[in-house]
Amino acid sequence: MTDHAVASSRAPLEVRGVSRRFEETVALSDVSFAVNAGELFGLVGPDGAGKTTLFRILTTLLVPDSGTATVLGLDVVRDLWAIRSRVGYMPGRFSLYPDLSVEENLSFFASVFGTSIDEGRAIIAPIYDQIEPFKDRRAGALSGGMKQKLALCCALVHCPEILFLDEPTTGVDAVSRREFWDLLGALKKSGLPILVSTAYMDEATRCDRVGLIQRGRILAVDAPAAIAARYPNPLIAVHANERHKLIQSLRDYQHAKSVYPFGDEVHYSDARAAKAMDDIVAELRTYLAGSGFTDLRVKPISAGVEDAFMELMGQPEATVRAAA
Amino acid sequence: MRLRVLRFLLRKEFLQIVRDRTLLGMLFIMPVIQLLVLANAVTFEVKSARMYIIDKDHSSMSRGVATRLAASGRFVPTESSPSMAEGDEAILDRRVDLIVVIPEGFEREIVRDHRAPLQLVFNAEDGAAAAVMQTYANAIVMNYAGELGAEVSPSVVTKLSVGDGGAPARGHPVMELRRRGWYNSELDYREYMVPGILVVLVTMIGTLLTAMNIVREKEAGTLDQLNVTPINRSTFIAAKLIPLWTFAMIDLSIGLVVARFVFHVPVLGSLVLVFFAATIYLVGALGIGLWISTVAETQQQAMFVTFSLLMVYLLMSGLFTPIRGMPVWAQWTTEINPIAHFVALMRAVLLKGARTRDVASHLAALAAISSVVLSIAIRQYHKRSA
Repeated sequence: MTDHAVASSRAPLEVRGVSRRFEETVALSDVSFAVNAGELFGLVGPDGAGKTTLFRILTTLLVPDSGTATVLGLDVVRDLWAIRSRVGYMPGRFSLYPDLSVEENLSFFASVFGTSIDEGRAIIAPIYDQIEPFKDRRAGALSGGMKQKLALCCALVHCPEILFLDEPTTGVDAVSRREFWDLLGALKKSGLPILVSTAYMDEATRCDRVGLIQRGRILAVDAPAAIAARYPNPLIAVHANERHKLIQSLRDYQHAKSVYPFGDEVHYSDARAAKAMDDIVAELRTYLAGSGFTDLRVKPISAGVEDAFMELMGQPEATVRAAA
Repeated sequence: MRLRVLRFLLRKEFLQIVRDRTLLGMLFIMPVIQLLVLANAVTFEVKSARMYIIDKDHSSMSRGVATRLAASGRFVPTESSPSMAEGDEAILDRRVDLIVVIPEGFEREIVRDHRAPLQLVFNAEDGAAAAVMQTYANAIVMNYAGELGAEVSPSVVTKLSVGDGGAPARGHPVMELRRRGWYNSELDYREYMVPGILVVLVTMIGTLLTAMNIVREKEAGTLDQLNVTPINRSTFIAAKLIPLWTFAMIDLSIGLVVARFVFHVPVLGSLVLVFFAATIYLVGALGIGLWISTVAETQQQAMFVTFSLLMVYLLMSGLFTPIRGMPVWAQWTTEINPIAHFVALMRAVLLKGARTRDVASHLAALAAISSVVLSIAIRQYHKRSA
């Protein structure tokens, strides 16, 4: 990536100024980013941010109102048929046939791409090995995590050159989510570029780079650590006996910039970017003790990706799913 | 490559249909049950109508009229008196269904003029039943008149006047006797209805299941998944229509077997012609289903749109009501109603033994309608999912 222009012309996915509206609703507004070769790129944003619309455009199911996008160097509007046989797509909802068995689903999707389970075996092996014991079970009778794995197998069985995963972990339990991301990590090692979307902030750290999307706009594109490093203000984690009241009291504090729940703690950022951290902690402790809180823990922390996203989005608690 | 993909798609469709017990029931058991129930229920047949006899002539011919009517089994003489007022009362009390008035001098007029008036008064509260009673009575009286004519004179015409039950009319509009039904001499309504009901069944199967099947893929999101594969639209549509077309044809075959062996519907014409026409007809019926699937987002919507459409088509098809009884504008719409053409064709071929050239106009109309419907549906399908 020494020469940006050269790098992007070879990028497996490039989005330039894509906009799309549905009647009065603007779903995407001037979206631009690129996914580089072998990259695991995360599109992170709350529900309704436009992630699925973008996926549908990139997988040729929808035409953008303006802007262009190329997948594997092919135009998503002009070259749709070429794209369709070379990408793997896993829609957000479970989209396999519940009345067909695991094996029948997989073999069906292999056959429509002109291949077979055996030919695709090499790439799907790490995933398919886990669900093969249930290959005769109807897909509709699988657990959520297993369904995701089967769907991933179906999206991979024809050896695609790029993978689109639209919210693959939504509605899946925490353990299955972690397993799923481990699988993606393994796939990435094979050099397959992956675009994955999620509304879970904590999953952003598993990506090489992330694009934060909100209300159809890309707010930032960078490595997760780099995005975290952008956090401008002193950040303090606070714990006390009554969390609801604590949030209220912190918001009422005169120097508060933003306050939001984070796990069982509350993250407080101070508006005085230049002030020494120790002084802020001391002042805060005095203020809260004076308000009658007990069990008080106040400690300075460095911002994570989630904090940075909260900051960028400006509207934390209403729209983003709390980290698990 | 395309044929290969089509083969895999077809295998998947058949697998899904065979696995769906509800669907299998709908496909194979429902039509038989419906045919058995509907064909027995949807009949206008009248048996043992109660008859009031007012015989003012007391001649052998006047008694002959009453005897012939009773001998048919359609009518049972329950009361008689020489008083019209008492007859009126009987019909108003619903003790009888019709009054037969044989005027004084009936026999004398037949012998002298070869014609005589005869009054039939029906309770027309149930219009359809009254019409059927009238048809039966006409046929019987005319038959008798023919016999008398052969004996006495070749030109005997019997005139009937028909009144309304609530206000029995005397000397109201005089009606000429109608012709006898030639191809259904017993006026067996089942023979007449069964071919029509068969058409309804294959139409329901074809249109409804096509619409539901495609919308189900839409609802499940599998349509999106399929669209991000090299499967092109024509292959997809073919894979959807071929299995349902096959099952509709199987249903038609089952229905014909039931019609022939349970209802003894005559199969006078060529079955090849029936199946050929059904092939063309079903392309249109399935095309309507395909079109519905492009406008409906859920299976409920698909079902609602299908029923609304088919209801109009069915009621205006001449299946339940004669087309000639419709207003002129409605008669014109039957020209573009595929059900009307197919019902007419089925009846003609099965009951009359009509041959290809006799039903050529229906075949041509069906072919035209089907190709128009299918091309509109395919175009709409392309437009909706690009």
